[in-house]
Amino acid sequence: MRLRFSAPVLTFAAIAVVMWYALFNLNPAEIPSELVSKPAPEFSLDPVPGYGPGLAQADLATGKVTLLNVFASWCVACLAEHPFFMELKKQNLVEIYGLNYKDKPNAAAQWLNRHRNPYERTGMDLKGRVGIDFGVYGVPETFVISADGKILDKIIGPVSKDIFDIRIRPLLKEAGS
Amino acid sequence: MKSGLRSLILALLFAPMVLLSTSAVFIEERLDDPEMEARAREISAGIRCLVCQNQSILDSNADLAKDLRQIVRERVSLGEDDDKVREFLVIRYGDWVLLDPQFKLSTLFLWLGPAVIFIMGAFAAFMFLRGRNRQPDMEVANELTADEEAELKDLINPETDRFGRNS
Amino acid sequence: MVAEIGQFVLILALVTACFQSVLPLVGAARSNRPMMRFASNAAFVQFAAITGAFACLTVGYVTSDFSILNVVNNSHSLKPMLYKISGVWGNHEGSLLLWSWILALFGLAVALFGRNLPDGLKARVLAIQGLIGVGFLMFILFTSNPFERVNPAPLDGNGLNPLLQDPGLAFHPPFLYLGYVGLSITFSFAIAALIEGRVDPAWARWVRPWTLAAWGFLTIGIALGSWWAYYELGWGGWWFWDPVENASFMPWLAATALLHSAIVVEKRDALKNWTILLAIIAFSLSLLGTFLVRSGVLNSVHAFASDPARGVFILMFLIFVIGGSLLLYGIRAPMMKGGGLFAPISREGALVLNNLLLSTITATVLLGTLYPIFLDAFTGAKVSVGPPYFEATFLPLAIPLVAAMAFGPFLAWKRGDLAGVISRLKFALLVALAFAGFIWWWQTGAPIMALLGMGLFAWLLVGSVLEWMERIKLFRGPLASSWKRMIQLPRSAHGMTVAHIGVALVILGITASESWQSEHLGVMRPGEIVTVGGYDFRFDGAETITGPNYDAVRGTFLAYTGGNKGVYLYPEQRRYTDPPMETTEAAIRPMLSADLYAVIGEADGKGGYAVRIYHKPFISWIWIGAFVMFAGGALSLSDRRLRLGAPERAKQEPAVSSAPSGVKG
Repeated sequence: MRLRFSAPVLTFAAIAVVMWYALFNLNPAEIPSELVSKPAPEFSLDPVPGYGPGLAQADLATGKVTLLNVFASWCVACLAEHPFFMELKKQNLVEIYGLNYKDKPNAAAQWLNRHRNPYERTGMDLKGRVGIDFGVYGVPETFVISADGKILDKIIGPVSKDIFDIRIRPLLKEAGS
Repeated sequence: MKSGLRSLILALLFAPMVLLSTSAVFIEERLDDPEMEARAREISAGIRCLVCQNQSILDSNADLAKDLRQIVRERVSLGEDDDKVREFLVIRYGDWVLLDPQFKLSTLFLWLGPAVIFIMGAFAAFMFLRGRNRQPDMEVANELTADEEAELKDLINPETDRFGRNS
Repeated sequence: MVAEIGQFVLILALVTACFQSVLPLVGAARSNRPMMRFASNAAFVQFAAITGAFACLTVGYVTSDFSILNVVNNSHSLKPMLYKISGVWGNHEGSLLLWSWILALFGLAVALFGRNLPDGLKARVLAIQGLIGVGFLMFILFTSNPFERVNPAPLDGNGLNPLLQDPGLAFHPPFLYLGYVGLSITFSFAIAALIEGRVDPAWARWVRPWTLAAWGFLTIGIALGSWWAYYELGWGGWWFWDPVENASFMPWLAATALLHSAIVVEKRDALKNWTILLAIIAFSLSLLGTFLVRSGVLNSVHAFASDPARGVFILMFLIFVIGGSLLLYGIRAPMMKGGGLFAPISREGALVLNNLLLSTITATVLLGTLYPIFLDAFTGAKVSVGPPYFEATFLPLAIPLVAAMAFGPFLAWKRGDLAGVISRLKFALLVALAFAGFIWWWQTGAPIMALLGMGLFAWLLVGSVLEWMERIKLFRGPLASSWKRMIQLPRSAHGMTVAHIGVALVILGITASESWQSEHLGVMRPGEIVTVGGYDFRFDGAETITGPNYDAVRGTFLAYTGGNKGVYLYPEQRRYTDPPMETTEAAIRPMLSADLYAVIGEADGKGGYAVRIYHKPFISWIWIGAFVMFAGGALSLSDRRLRLGAPERAKQEPAVSSAPSGVKG
């Protein structure tokens, strides 16, 4: 086959291979974080009433890998990951900080009261501006934060045990060794 | 084409079956300076809404889109130029938010592709025409095909116009 | 019961299609007449069976049989009858059934009207149609069965999306599918030709009516879709370069190129390989569009189920059909010989330019649509390709295309007279320049693109009319003889003129509405007056009204100019309950000179409402132009010489010699 006549089928083959890959491996709705390996943006927030001393950028540089979970009382999917976070807290695997996103203080406090609190500290982002600085575009989202307060990864959607094992546990180990 | 993309609705259009809501008009703060407001709107029209997929933040009534529109207005009223405002969003959300992809290494083929395709096509067409145009005239003159013979007949036909087309 | 019958006849259709795709091919290879003849009978049975299945599903919808899952998900007992029926194809499973039914309908049409086709060609074409049918029927039966039962049956259905409850939208998918599927016939002809290793002018003659029909339906389908977007979405926009739109635009572009290249095959016995390739590509783009829209690889796809099995199935089908046909092309095409002399300055040379530009546009749209996926796959980087990209790449290619459209038809076949054409078109050029100059003066300056657009409109309109006048020698002799010439001019020549004028009108509509649109956005209180585009709009307040299955806020506007009595506009913001959603009902007053467009939105709680008012000059001409293009295609299709099966391959010479030159769709 001369190139002139085989070019169409070769072009299509390239498209087909990429489509096949895309079908199984790509998620068009997921926009990865731009902040990976950059320091967490600067912020300082008041706590959800009754839940800790508040949250600021400096609090994230803890000397160990931690999680920053974006949650809200109006967020249905947050309920899906909440039991797993309670489990993490119980096993003391990793510290979790809660960024309460565009919520009402009372509603957030009630939510934490009813479902119990997995967070070390909480901060209320009432207007959602801190969320935007973090590149948040939906709730829940969970940032993995390094020992020196840099963002290592972002998980979009509820965190499950599988996702934890695949994406978070290796980062914990790496930091531990 | 100034309006944004309502992908979900269009998906339904060309491949029916979606659930969504459309509310095209909403109340919100505007900048007092009409020139700045116009600039803010123009920038917003080029920023892709993150939660509604194929739609600009200008046209979306999603909560996040409203916040982002407000941020664009703030930045504009602070006196930042258009690129600076866009950069503010790109730092946070990446190139994905720009409906007009920037010219850079990763979009090289996207922007050069059309020209490359056109040049390749033009080259192929040129080679084809040159090859065909250079066939020795004698060959054709000696052996008129039935097609050509008929055309010849048409040419000398009084019904034919000056371009050799019969009417 | 009705679901089981539907299921059964669908399986019957699949079995028939299997035989239809094998036996005639074997028959054609062995010159076995009965086996070849089987194709037509099978096409009939397959059509009857799918009609039966479609009827069964329709009965399910009409009688609101909620033991069928598909009916539960997409219908409601209180829905108006029209939308119960359009609900049949207003969902993934039903739309596929409609697709298969149209496919079988086209197959039947070939069987019935293709009496004069050579037995072998006809058998092969029908076999390929059968093969495509097998793919779609398997897809339906294995991944998207519309007859699935639900037990226990719910009391009522979930209802149909209110946006779909619209007469314009009810008929939009069928037209689009007629276009997509119509291209399958051209595809089958191309594959049959590759198998036979023979393409000649007669083949091009047979293919042209199918291409014309598919192209016409696609034109209407796309126009209906954009018109719906314009009046229903409330943004005043009508084209968004969205992946789903591009999925329908690419086959249209390829079909347009195919229409023109097939003329060269017919007249000059040249460009054969290229035409075959275009026929394959046009249908492949239809299939690719289906995949993109239904598989979940693109952002727009939230629409269709994220069931990966469907995506995998369509992709495998695509690889088989597109990959297989392009491979066949790669093997067989080099053996085909082209025709004789080919001068650059000639009608065929102009058609090559047409094809070069159209193909580049098609490839560009494809590149822009797929680029985000490619970049993500190779680098993990996410990028968006939006309207600015498509506009920036489309215009530089479309402008020379339109410029050449007035030029090409003036050139004679074989050897055109460039100087002669230029002197013919001097008048058109003068008019175009004068018109652009007039606009400049009248609008006291205008953006360069606006002037260019208006100039191109005048150029193409005047050029097309001049060419037509030239043909019938209007004002160059007695009127009676011009009349006679006009009658004798083949309909396909009239069709070309009409279709090209349609394009000119679309350009007018786009340019004027994009360049001189005025708008008012903001909160209005009752009694307030704003001036938009020379019209005064008085807001008379809003009231809450109750519709059959929605509540709405309805605003009243009076639009008037000067001492005119004016017109009332009543935009609505509707809130449906079942399923719950809000829709915007723009109030539009379409006029030939401009559309007045009003939308009402949120209340500010102090008596004011957020409103959006547009004055869009000449925008209706976009759809008028599209319809004129369709009319041109229809006129061309009615040409006696293009009647299905009219030319016979045995008598090739007359088929060619009687052909006047200016044929085009």
